[in-house]
Amino acid sequence: MTDRPSTTKGRRPRTRLRRRVSGAIALALALGTVGVAYATVAAAATPKAQVASNAPSEDPVEIRKGRQLFEQGCITCHGRNLQGVQDRGPSLIGVGEAAVYFQVATGRMPVARQEAQVERKEPYYDEAETLQIAAYVQSVGGGAEIPTGNLRGSDENLAEGGELFRLNCASCHNFAGRGGALSAGKYAPPMDQANDLTIWTAMLTGPQNMPVFGDNQLTEEQKQAITNYVQTLKEQGDPGGAPIGRMGPVPEGLVAWVVGIGAIMLMILWIGAKS
Amino acid sequence: MSQTTSERRPTPTRRNTGPVGKAADWADERYTGSGLTRRALNKVFPDNWSFMMGEIALYSFVILLLTGVYLSFFYDPSMTEVRYNGSYELLRGVEMSRAYDSTLDISFDVRGGLLMRQIHHWAALLFVAAMTVHMLRVFFTGAFRKPRELTWLLGVTLLTLGIVEGFAGYSLPDDLLSGTGLRIAHAIMLSIPVVGTWVAYAIFGAEFPGTDIIPRLYIAHVLLIPGLILAIITVHVGLVVKQKHTQFPGPGRQENNVVGERMYPSYGAKGGGFFFLVFGVMAALGGLVQINPIWLYGPYNPAHVSAGSQPDWYIGFLDGSTRLFPAWEIRLWDYTISPLVWPCVVLPGIMFTLLALYPFIEARLTKDRALHNLLQRPRDVPVRTSLGAMALTFYTVLLISGGNDIIAAKFDISLNAMTWAGRIGLIALPPIAYVLTYTICLGLQRHDRQILEHGVETGIIKRLPSGEFIEVHQPLGPVDDHGHSALEYAGAAVPKRMNRLTHPGRKAKGFLWKVQDPDEVQDRSGTEAALEAGLETNERRELAGRPKDPEL
Repeated sequence: MTDRPSTTKGRRPRTRLRRRVSGAIALALALGTVGVAYATVAAAATPKAQVASNAPSEDPVEIRKGRQLFEQGCITCHGRNLQGVQDRGPSLIGVGEAAVYFQVATGRMPVARQEAQVERKEPYYDEAETLQIAAYVQSVGGGAEIPTGNLRGSDENLAEGGELFRLNCASCHNFAGRGGALSAGKYAPPMDQANDLTIWTAMLTGPQNMPVFGDNQLTEEQKQAITNYVQTLKEQGDPGGAPIGRMGPVPEGLVAWVVGIGAIMLMILWIGAKS
Repeated sequence: MSQTTSERRPTPTRRNTGPVGKAADWADERYTGSGLTRRALNKVFPDNWSFMMGEIALYSFVILLLTGVYLSFFYDPSMTEVRYNGSYELLRGVEMSRAYDSTLDISFDVRGGLLMRQIHHWAALLFVAAMTVHMLRVFFTGAFRKPRELTWLLGVTLLTLGIVEGFAGYSLPDDLLSGTGLRIAHAIMLSIPVVGTWVAYAIFGAEFPGTDIIPRLYIAHVLLIPGLILAIITVHVGLVVKQKHTQFPGPGRQENNVVGERMYPSYGAKGGGFFFLVFGVMAALGGLVQINPIWLYGPYNPAHVSAGSQPDWYIGFLDGSTRLFPAWEIRLWDYTISPLVWPCVVLPGIMFTLLALYPFIEARLTKDRALHNLLQRPRDVPVRTSLGAMALTFYTVLLISGGNDIIAAKFDISLNAMTWAGRIGLIALPPIAYVLTYTICLGLQRHDRQILEHGVETGIIKRLPSGEFIEVHQPLGPVDDHGHSALEYAGAAVPKRMNRLTHPGRKAKGFLWKVQDPDEVQDRSGTEAALEAGLETNERRELAGRPKDPEL
């Protein structure tokens, strides 16, 4: 490709401007294609964070509304006085509003059936109703309160949050918060959909198989750091390409065999068919 | 040697013109390599799609060497404690080893570093996978039989070295995952009866983790094991050249010849092109699919562990055996035999010993002492094929069990159910695989013989004057009065569909445009001429109003 204009076959010489323009268009097209493809992949992995509007009040009206909701939806298993019902549901006295928030806002309560573990589903109550039930339960037995204020702290705590996460959380929730199996059908759920308040209330109340991380185990600053780390990790892109679940070597091995060896086998068959 | 050279090539420069020819003459005048080169270029390789699997492993190894050299420019195998201060925000300020620090730098701050790391890792997974697939091909076609037992042994050695090499590489970044892997390797060493403690101390140099293991693994990973692998590959491939490649039985193919393509131009072009295809797959994986994201794992700390800490797939079967094996701890007075020793030391020991010795075991059992250059179709040796299927099933159950927690979490299955399914499957499935494979082999054999006797189904249904309906069959050779042909099965593939018979030779199809007009292509195959003779007989029979296959 010399700069000298070619004179063969009467074609117009490609000027420098034309080369620049066509080069720019090609580059823009290529970048655009990659960008759109990447955005499609990346969008699926970042859930929208939601933040609780406010903590449940001690307003008697709210508490009464919460009681009504409780008596419609929860009383069958948790009993008239929150004392629990044998073989159906535990006592809620002293669990606190934080536990109610975690269980109801993530859709775990009301539960469809008794299983090894209650799974997350679409919430049955909206945010206001959830807080009303929480206020009622809190008014009866007290307990862990829904945290308010800054739940993440400042970004200086990210590295510390990572260390704390790996020490306290990764052994069940996996290094990237993608969850893992526990014994006999129980599991540590993936934290994909968890918002800041869900993470906090989970640490405070230790739902299902999770231990309680009270303020003696993890201080408020440490909880902020962990929450900040988890949420930042979730929002962060994957510089290496498709994350294939951020689940470690098992999906990697699967891709190596199915995609890698699979593609090469197809090529071998293609070459074999040609010769 | 020099005498013959001067006789053969009196004026070499006159024969060869052009830069390549001149360069070749320049070298030949001095080093007399033309005879060797001629032999190499004229070397004939038999052609079959399944013969290219070993090449995948070879090309992966080349790619591993190339990318590995690049990584070694930037990796620092040191356990010195440093404080991270690179581009990755979530780890800034964290204390870590220099090894992990430099791997993070490769991933985030070295130009092209992450791509190289990812290609290197994908190529490592594919290297062992390709060796496995190649080994299966060699096993199921009987290519390991006399005179190629040594090639098989070297292959098993390469597979083992590849696994060790892979594990050493997996351990180098000193991240949480690889540290957990090393911890388990350390525990396995400790479990060896009597010498375990000494072995572990000899390798680690101190109590776990110590500061010696990463530099030692590094030297093993970049010098010792690759050197060994390279040397053994040379002998392995050299033996294939010396003893010539095996081939499937077929027209003109015999024990004492090799039918195929010459190294130059066709086979060389094919192999060269294939290298770039393999390289393309690995580059695409390295560029598009994230592998071993060490920044997510964090630095190794013996107090930390992540759920789903798995080894790379080639160690997965050991993880699986450990998960499935009951925790039997044997106490003999004041001495304990660790439960780890059975699934992690004894079992792989038995598996690899059986694998290495299989050619000798088979020769002993079949009393077959003959030289074999022709391959066998798996169906023709049902016992071996079924044994292979059995071993493969056993291995696959172990491999799946190695990831059973991930499967349990992703598919909502109880982990305990997965473990028990693995335990039962490990014992129950291999015999089932044996019986099924044996049955399938016999069925395929019968089908081959049926077609040789009765011909290929044409899909034409004919009604006889008597009212009976028959399907017209196309015999593969001359037929007797009953429409049966007396073709012997010779170990070669039997055509089973009409369009395998009637196609007018093979036309060269282009990728984008037509290279050859199908009408211009002459029928090349010797069998097809024979088939045509059969067709004529058939047509005569048909004209005479006789059914072709009264049996059906």
